[in-house]
Amino acid sequence: MFRQILSIVSVIFGVLLLTFLLIHLVPGDPIEVMLGESASMADREALRVDLGLNQSLPSQFSSYLNKLVHLDLGHSIHTKQPIIELIKTRYPATLKLAFLSLLIGLSIGIPLGVYAALKAGHWQDIVVTIISVRLSAMPAFWLGPILMLVFAVWLGWLPVSGMESRNSIILPAVTLGFGLSAILTRMTRTSLLEVLNDDYIRTARAKGLSERTVIIRHALRAALLPIITIVGLQMGSLLAGTVITETIFSWDGIGRLLVESIEKRDYPVTQACVLIIALSYVVVNLLTDVLYRFADPRVKLN
Amino acid sequence: MKIFALSILIFWLLAVLIGQVLGLQANTIDLNAILDTPSAQNWLGADDLGRDILARILEGIQVSFFVAIVVTVITMLVGVTVGLLAGFYGGKVDAFLMKITDIFLAFPGILLAIAFVAVLGAGIGNLVLALCITGWVSYARLARGQTLSLRNRQHVLAAESLGATVPRLLVKHILPLLGSILMVEATYSLASVMIAEASLSFLGLGIQAPNASWGAMLRDGVRYMLVAPHYVLVVGLSLMSLILAINLGGDYLRDKMDVRTEAN
Repeated sequence: MFRQILSIVSVIFGVLLLTFLLIHLVPGDPIEVMLGESASMADREALRVDLGLNQSLPSQFSSYLNKLVHLDLGHSIHTKQPIIELIKTRYPATLKLAFLSLLIGLSIGIPLGVYAALKAGHWQDIVVTIISVRLSAMPAFWLGPILMLVFAVWLGWLPVSGMESRNSIILPAVTLGFGLSAILTRMTRTSLLEVLNDDYIRTARAKGLSERTVIIRHALRAALLPIITIVGLQMGSLLAGTVITETIFSWDGIGRLLVESIEKRDYPVTQACVLIIALSYVVVNLLTDVLYRFADPRVKLN
Repeated sequence: MKIFALSILIFWLLAVLIGQVLGLQANTIDLNAILDTPSAQNWLGADDLGRDILARILEGIQVSFFVAIVVTVITMLVGVTVGLLAGFYGGKVDAFLMKITDIFLAFPGILLAIAFVAVLGAGIGNLVLALCITGWVSYARLARGQTLSLRNRQHVLAAESLGATVPRLLVKHILPLLGSILMVEATYSLASVMIAEASLSFLGLGIQAPNASWGAMLRDGVRYMLVAPHYVLVVGLSLMSLILAINLGGDYLRDKMDVRTEAN
């Protein structure tokens, strides 16, 4: 456990270092890129001091860390707002979207995977497998527009974009959730098929348990373990996917904030968004690890 | 499945060749044809500047393939070198190199590539650079794992005791055994690099106008979806068919060469 904490701390440190260095990769003078050539000398110097770019790299990094500890992410260059305020208003929207997508992914993926595994080799299995391969070949910037076209433009059932209506979340969440469900379907199928041949499943059947109980209580429980790991890993693409999906559907989350900040060359905001998304991923993976230990009594905390 | 995937690939290859022979112009602006639906003149319609969508799709596929191949080759070279060294030497070298890959893996999906292009500036060169900086990690992990298990094989130990140098051991005795697994990985990575390129171009961070790119075309297609839904549909279908064909090709190679990899 200690080694693991140490490893996570060092990864977080590396993530901080890499995001910190981002701003130094800007070709030329980042101040000039951000303010434009017309900015006055005084404005430039003020921003340079504000961002600490006049100090040495190590002292810049230590003050960066120091500010982070005090939840100070700096100010937006354009709106002068504290970045932490921007994050506070945008982050919950992304969390809501990610959570609903996960729910959609799980509620489609697992039943479909179980169905495919039970019908393994039959045509139903082949159809499900082809559909899930096909869906995973549909990136968000293709599935999103199609859903928008069909359900918002042609059928007019749901809002095209924005966040005004309560139904606004449905299309972006389905866009993200579908990709996830495709991977979960394949994973559930493989993992369940492996378990179904085990001795204890035969024992459960021999005891005369109903097929339903055998599958749900005995087989699926064991098959869920690799699924937990996959969900954790997929949360990464889900978080990255929000960048595109939020842009398509004008969903005011952190992904859209990132894209907007890039367009405006508001580097401190870009830096903060990248950091927050990466840290969320690290935390999700940590939670997955803990969840895994709870789900599998064989994995001891050592 | 094999025939299905192969026929899609051949279809695109032929389409590009025929497009070249016919001399389709991807950048000719025709203001009378803005957002036209498919017609005899523009088979798949025209975009928001009246340019032929078919010609732009065919140019986009070439750009996309070019980027995918360059990135795949570079990331494979870098990643495999790192992985071989880490797996061969073990110990501190391994711990250090793997710590670096851990840090890169802490950034989900294409986030790090987005971040790099954001600061480096948009454009095809920076796009390739950003995808290379972030893409070598999976090869490094793969090659390291394999090298660890091959390191103490009899033939490697025999060559080592006969005085083979480390580069010779790595290149002649370990690398050939990684061949099939790397080929499968490279096939999948072609598809994922194409998606990444399209994603970045979709966000306006990749290939810049007037050059055609499927990602940028999809973005324009979404913008004009209300008046010209055929635009986004044909570009999307093209992209999906190609990604699907490449991934199915990867599945086929994997089954045929009997290697086990994480297909994602």
